[in-house]
Amino acid sequence: MLKQRPFLVEALTAIGLIAVPFVLPHLGFSPTTINRILIWGLFGIGFDLLFGYTGLLSFGQSAFFGTGGMFAAYLLTQTSMFSSYVMASIVLGTVVAAVVGYLVGLIALKRTGIYFAMITVAIAEVFFFVEFNPLSAFTGGENGLPGVPQPSFDLGFTTLKFDTDWSMYTFFAFWYFIGLVIALRIVRSPVGAILSAIRDNPLRAQALGHNIHGYKLTAFVVAAAYAGFAGGLLGVMQGFMPPDAFMFDTSGQLVMQTAIGGAGTLFGPLIGATVWLYLSDFFQNTLHLGATWKLVLGVVFVLLVVFLRRGIVGAIVDLYALAKRGKESEPAKEVAPAAASPQVVHLPPSEMMPAKHRPSDHSAGPILRATGLTKRYGGLLANSDIDFTVNHGELRGIIGPNGAGKSTFFKMLTCEVQPTAGQIVFEGKDITGMSVTDVCQLGLTKSYQINQLFNRLTVRQNLMIAALGEIRGKLKLDLFRNPRNIPGLQEQVERTAELVNLTARLNTPVAQLAYGEKRRLEIGLALATSPSLLLLDEPLAGMSPSERVETVALLKSIAKGRTMIVIDHDMDSLFEMVGEVTVLQEGRVLVEGTPDEIKSNAKVQEAYLGGMHSEAAE
Amino acid sequence: MINWGNFISQCFNGLVLGALLALISSGLTIIYGTLGVLNLAHGAMFMLGGYAGWVAYTYTGSFIAAVIAGSLFVMLVGVVVERVIIRYFYARPHEDQLLVTFGLGIVFVEAVRFFFGSLSKAVPPPPSLVGITNLGFMFYPTYRIALLGIVAIALLALYFVLYRTRIGMIVRAGIEDSVMVDSLGIDVYKVFMLVFGIGAMAAGFAGIVNAPVVSIAPDVGEAILVQTFVVVVIGGVGSFPGAVLGGLIAGEIISITSMFNPGYAYVMLFVAMTLVLVLRPYGLLGTAGRE
Repeated sequence: MLKQRPFLVEALTAIGLIAVPFVLPHLGFSPTTINRILIWGLFGIGFDLLFGYTGLLSFGQSAFFGTGGMFAAYLLTQTSMFSSYVMASIVLGTVVAAVVGYLVGLIALKRTGIYFAMITVAIAEVFFFVEFNPLSAFTGGENGLPGVPQPSFDLGFTTLKFDTDWSMYTFFAFWYFIGLVIALRIVRSPVGAILSAIRDNPLRAQALGHNIHGYKLTAFVVAAAYAGFAGGLLGVMQGFMPPDAFMFDTSGQLVMQTAIGGAGTLFGPLIGATVWLYLSDFFQNTLHLGATWKLVLGVVFVLLVVFLRRGIVGAIVDLYALAKRGKESEPAKEVAPAAASPQVVHLPPSEMMPAKHRPSDHSAGPILRATGLTKRYGGLLANSDIDFTVNHGELRGIIGPNGAGKSTFFKMLTCEVQPTAGQIVFEGKDITGMSVTDVCQLGLTKSYQINQLFNRLTVRQNLMIAALGEIRGKLKLDLFRNPRNIPGLQEQVERTAELVNLTARLNTPVAQLAYGEKRRLEIGLALATSPSLLLLDEPLAGMSPSERVETVALLKSIAKGRTMIVIDHDMDSLFEMVGEVTVLQEGRVLVEGTPDEIKSNAKVQEAYLGGMHSEAAE
Repeated sequence: MINWGNFISQCFNGLVLGALLALISSGLTIIYGTLGVLNLAHGAMFMLGGYAGWVAYTYTGSFIAAVIAGSLFVMLVGVVVERVIIRYFYARPHEDQLLVTFGLGIVFVEAVRFFFGSLSKAVPPPPSLVGITNLGFMFYPTYRIALLGIVAIALLALYFVLYRTRIGMIVRAGIEDSVMVDSLGIDVYKVFMLVFGIGAMAAGFAGIVNAPVVSIAPDVGEAILVQTFVVVVIGGVGSFPGAVLGGLIAGEIISITSMFNPGYAYVMLFVAMTLVLVLRPYGLLGTAGRE
């Protein structure tokens, strides 16, 4: 909705920031409170990129807020060189915070989830103690650093001074605006899309060829830089850099404000800070609750987390969407059945998606060769000594009873699982022990037996994330690039969508798709990476007969010009597509041959019918 | 130069603190292992134990009553919190669980501040354990020696419950795979409630038995929570032996570093945690896949 008008969000924000001094004082906000809200809002933008967009909940942002602020304050108050260069000092503080963020990120990002949360808590506490004790000569220990000057800029003909509350406001509002514009660019960039993908499904993001560790570290450093910058502004605002910027409470307050406002919105932290600081003023100064205000806020916070999952901004967005859907429900209903209609067997476009990684033009010979592939889980032998070769352009089927080790075999081929023994050679290159990300970058990927999609994103974003891995490589920090300007990206997304018959659903969030559509998108994700070897793990699983017909047609069409290996239990469909079949049983290759040979093979019949057939034959 | 007498006594302090951390961390880690919820209010539960015990002590004058009251009250808080709030969060993302328990921790701390004020309270040790004991090689506060015994007994009791009873077997099975336990016809949600209660009680018990050593204040749980996290990261999430080992390591690091400069205690703790993360990312006794 907002995407259609570029810079709408930016313009509205600018108007809002200009209007604030004329509106908020009438609602009981003091200028100091408003300035404080802006600083927390700016601090929160970085945190929201980390938490709301990337899904990394850090309780350690105080470390960077304090570091950036302290460093800037130190330059301004303790050195003669920087004492009058407010912005230079703040920027240097930001750089230091970012560097510290990089180092801390290297450690904290070794783990995810709750480990990450615990590690960040611990690290923040270390910074607090270091500030108070070993470094107290530089930071003033528990006294902090007083005497931070107000910003003033000598423009030659006049001097810009920010010495009153409202002139300070213009200073902070300016920087908030800049911070927001930068964050919006990041969110809309390819990196922003990949960060959201990491939040929704890190394993799939990795399997689509993205170096997720690198992107997470990027988000962490950006968040640290925002924190450092906001810390610098805090010192300037108060004329004093307080040591409690380093306290765990600071991190906690940031987390709570962001959750109250709504994570993943960029504006959430600002709204949350407004609510938080307003209530804290109100409870303390108007109701004279004293220290009890924190208890009340704590209760409010718990209730919000329980009932309002996505915070205030999230609730507004949901309400807006609800109102909008009410209006548009009629046409939406018409589109859905047409797309899934069993009568219309979709004919894939004649112009097919090319495979990217063409070998040096001998389309004969093996593209993949596995030798002696073995996987052992403790006492269980999932795959044992499998020799397997697939030639360029082949469409190979793999069948086998449940538990034959088919999925494990696929996982080893894509390097999701490391084999216990054996070797895998792909396009003449030994890929044994490589990461799933690198293997995808080489042009070997897989569609999953159980859908692995980015559920909170639209079909278009899903396909874009897959295509980005191929177009941009596994790590590229084009933080400010508009994806529209990436050559070939839109074409690839649209072509893939057309191929898997999801063009009508491009702007639909995945969570709203029908099962068959999700299944097709699952294949589309793998396809959008333009693999030269595509593995499909039970692509027909759970599909209705008509969907199967449709999907078989789709698979046949994408098989032109690339090599594919398909696992499925639907033998009629599979035998119709493939040239040759490998049968796995109990982790071994039972037999290989054409569909006709396999159909009449006694061993295969025995494997599937548990020996009954041979007994009956006797 | 190192004063060896001082050093030994600090090592002993480390042992006491380590045992205490081991107990608190066990509570945290069995809750996480079984329910999949990291309880950020765990430090506040430690604090609540101290206050509940202190209230019981001011009314009865009995230390035993204080310990019982502290443990049972926090267990009750744990069970109620699990029933009223936490169980609705099992299906929600980890982040929401962290947020809600974090908020609960604040509510507990601020509620205690509201009722009892910010000034610290002291619970004296029982009369028979007051004073100093001559251990032959050093003099050491009698209560601290007793505390080591008390906590060791509590840890053994926890071990016994976890490893030698039916319910413990169910809990350990739940740590491995709670869905499977559920499908075996065991009401896993009742077990969850019980585990949350026991885990909270471990923190509450530690809170009251530690009160004669370190006086209680509303924010006493915060530092404990941070130390507990380090213990769990070092030991490995979901591992009871890991919590014990990690607790002892952390306790010794804090005590021995404090002898030289207390300001570096956390730095050293952090160094140890980093080393473990680099060398054994899943913790000393942890297993992959528990996060």
